[in-house]
Amino acid sequence: MFWYILAGLCAGVCGGMGMGGGTLLIPILTLALGVEQHMAQAMNLLVFIPTAVIALIIHAKNKLLDYKVFFVIIVPAIATAVLTALLVGQIQGKTLRLIFAIFLILVGIFELYKAIKAVIGKKIKKPILKSKSALYPSKNLDSKKYALKQSK
Amino acid sequence: MQQILNTKKVIILIISGIFVGAINGFFGGGGGMIVVPILLLLGLNNQHAQATAILIMLPISIASAIVYYTFGFIELYSVLYTGIGSVAGGVVGALLLKKLSNKALKFVFAIVVMAVGIRMLF
Repeated sequence: MFWYILAGLCAGVCGGMGMGGGTLLIPILTLALGVEQHMAQAMNLLVFIPTAVIALIIHAKNKLLDYKVFFVIIVPAIATAVLTALLVGQIQGKTLRLIFAIFLILVGIFELYKAIKAVIGKKIKKPILKSKSALYPSKNLDSKKYALKQSK
Repeated sequence: MQQILNTKKVIILIISGIFVGAINGFFGGGGGMIVVPILLLLGLNNQHAQATAILIMLPISIASAIVYYTFGFIELYSVLYTGIGSVAGGVVGALLLKKLSNKALKFVFAIVVMAVGIRMLF
């Protein structure tokens, strides 16, 4: 029991600082506590839920949620999430662990790249799509204002 | 600030949704790390991107968790204890964030993640 709380605590601290708590919780559970890979992944999914609900209540009050984006992205996302979860049920724990390890290494490389870019002080990606909004000036006053804010 | 969605953005969102859902369902996490950069790319600012990413990850996680549950991959008590630790840790982390410079931390995080990945290969 103590070790599970400690594992959650470690991952939670990282998550609270915005550094992917989930990607750390799974390896902590499998490497340190010997939890089976499928179990660890399921635990990560469930543990995320209460944390997310608390965070969302705060973000909703601060009006930081973009519901339009949410409604468009969520339908295909749920569909593939269910499909791949079904697929995972068919894969052996060892294989899944190997694929997860490769995923972690890729995430690490990507995060390192971002960290280096941040130190150098260059923007990694500019919002490439805002130029399109200039075509519909009457509808897109909002995004124009936003584009202006961004460029300042 | 709500985004105005044109066709191009909608297509990008749908493709991203397919990708993010697949990653999160398969690995039981990590979707947020992909959603945030995509939302930034679409022109959301940092705070909106972070917050909206959580909103997106919540139903995805619930949906995949239900599937994991049907396979019997869930042990109630270990989830409960880990959850208690994680929520408490989340608060501590959020408080620490104000006090620590996180540029160095991000380096450490990236290297730790890579090292853990390599360790898990063997």
